[in-house]
Amino acid sequence: MTLRGLNQQGIVFGIFATLFVVFAVFLPGFAATQNMLTLLQNVAVLGILGLAMALVVIGRGIDISLIAALAVPPGLVLQMVQDGHSLPISIAAAVALTLAFGFVNGWLIAYAEVPSLFTTLATGLFLAGLGQAVLFKLDVVQWSEGMSGFEHLGQGSLLGVPTPVIAFAIVCIVVAFILRQTRIGAYIYAIGDNPYGARVTGIPSRPIIVLQYVLAALIGCFAGLVLAASVNSMPTRIFNSTLIYDVILVVVLGGIGLSGGRGGVLNVVIGTLLIGTMLNGMTIMDISYSGQNLIKGVVLLVAVIADSFVNPRNEETAQQGDI
Amino acid sequence: MVFGKTKRIAPLICGLSLAALAAWPASAQQGLDEPFQAPFKAALAGKTVAYVPVAMNFDLTEGWFAGVKKELEPYGMKVIVRDPNWSTSAGAQAMTTLLSEKPAAIIVHNPDVQTYAKLMQRAEKEGIFIIQINMGSVYRSSAFVGANWIEIGERDAEAVVKACQGKSNKIAIVQGALSAAASAYTLKGVENVLAKHPDVKVVSSQAADWDAAKAKAITQTVLKQNPDLCGIVGFWDGMDIGTAAAVKEAGLTGKVFVATSGGGERKGACELVKSGAFDLNVSYDVPTQAADMAAMIKWLLSSGVKPGDVKGSIYTTLIPITKENASSDTACWNLSDLKK
Repeated sequence: MTLRGLNQQGIVFGIFATLFVVFAVFLPGFAATQNMLTLLQNVAVLGILGLAMALVVIGRGIDISLIAALAVPPGLVLQMVQDGHSLPISIAAAVALTLAFGFVNGWLIAYAEVPSLFTTLATGLFLAGLGQAVLFKLDVVQWSEGMSGFEHLGQGSLLGVPTPVIAFAIVCIVVAFILRQTRIGAYIYAIGDNPYGARVTGIPSRPIIVLQYVLAALIGCFAGLVLAASVNSMPTRIFNSTLIYDVILVVVLGGIGLSGGRGGVLNVVIGTLLIGTMLNGMTIMDISYSGQNLIKGVVLLVAVIADSFVNPRNEETAQQGDI
Repeated sequence: MVFGKTKRIAPLICGLSLAALAAWPASAQQGLDEPFQAPFKAALAGKTVAYVPVAMNFDLTEGWFAGVKKELEPYGMKVIVRDPNWSTSAGAQAMTTLLSEKPAAIIVHNPDVQTYAKLMQRAEKEGIFIIQINMGSVYRSSAFVGANWIEIGERDAEAVVKACQGKSNKIAIVQGALSAAASAYTLKGVENVLAKHPDVKVVSSQAADWDAAKAKAITQTVLKQNPDLCGIVGFWDGMDIGTAAAVKEAGLTGKVFVATSGGGERKGACELVKSGAFDLNVSYDVPTQAADMAAMIKWLLSSGVKPGDVKGSIYTTLIPITKENASSDTACWNLSDLKK
């Protein structure tokens, strides 16, 4: 606590600020307002997913199935509309599926007490498989006539700000409100900090854990709708991609420890901004794909190593362990 | 009397000869046995064709499967599929199992040029015909059916270069995955054309991993940096939905020429050309490729050649889909129709 000014959040913010200044000075066009908005827009979906993951990680869990929640329910919306159902009915079906999915996740973790890592690994595979085998005809579910108007969620802008950025901002506010202003938020921090202590003090920890996973799934589904609207299709194969690692990266990089109970929305925003700045700058410089991966890896290593020097593992983490 | 008799006989003769005339063609209609169709049928009946795509569930692989089934099942052949779902090791495992199951032929969709090469060689040694589809490997098997990626790259690049004439001459390239041979071959084709046009400048050439969201992010940034960009060469229509979405959002549809390629499925190709998202989509018509594969299998099985004795290729004749033909019924195909 004595090094509060130098926690991971501070380090990452420092790296972000340095990169930003360097890019702004040396890359023509980087600091333009338009490019800033593009930068934000490109990482908005990642940021929204990061917020969902943060909710779970703060409560000392992890949700690997987030990408399935991102891909399958929104894919279902597109598929149902393609098959001739109306948009509201399709969205209702997708939300129902998402709620059921989040509930099953939460129930298995809170009541059956299966570790969250294994639970969500399995349920994610299940949901993605269900989508591939039963719900969708093709991996990429195409946009159809009946969806017209809905694309504004992912394309276009409001008062000059691209709508995905607005969506990210809204989810930021909602999650910040839940975490900071409600009793539920306080309970989530308590459970994440010390699950047994929380239960002893009378916090309804099991229902709260279920709620965490339901919220995460809902936010994941929302991110999927933004993504689908933004690229005019739902590439459900995204489940097989490495997106989930990027999401965990944003969360951990931002300074939300996997041991739970710490961090907040600001951490996710900072993590997202760092990733966004790196991606944007490297695209402008036209660095090759492999080169980009190399640089990303180095920056992340620097952040993690710096953190372990500044905040060495203490007795508490040694006893309770983290993921 | 004599006259009377002859008078009666004359019509009788006439009648008889008419009856004979009528009877003559009847004996010819008994038919001739065509000596080749029975052995052909026997060569096909009861045989199994295995199909190992990189994954099912997308327009290309579903289309090939449906098309081959439609052609071969009426001859009593069985078409089975082993779906590795994007896992190269699962695919190699499926190939190994198939070696012992001994189907008559295996249709292989290679994830890269190396992984299955040895396995395919072994299969042909053991008497299984190998048909490679769209993505070839270093091992040349009995037949290769597929697009010529270099030609696709050349055609797309030529169209973009042409559209850029008199404009900024700045173009961008959105590649697929770096490990995929199809992506590298297409890039070679693009390079061939660019070598002839030194005035055209490539402002960005990046891999989007066949991912629409990544393609969109890259294109957005490139367009912000180069609002005067005149064309983009994309490597697959499924990914370039993202490329096109970025162009549309920048309000540059029609100003930036987007060229891409794909299997020509109606929703993924013609509809998007019609809407203006793509200006050119070079299609390697999947139903034609399926028919070519089925034809190869029929020929190989009925010819009596041993696997590996003959080796040949059928490069698909490409269909450039533009605004002119996007509305026609023949330029694109529907998966639902092919599955009927």
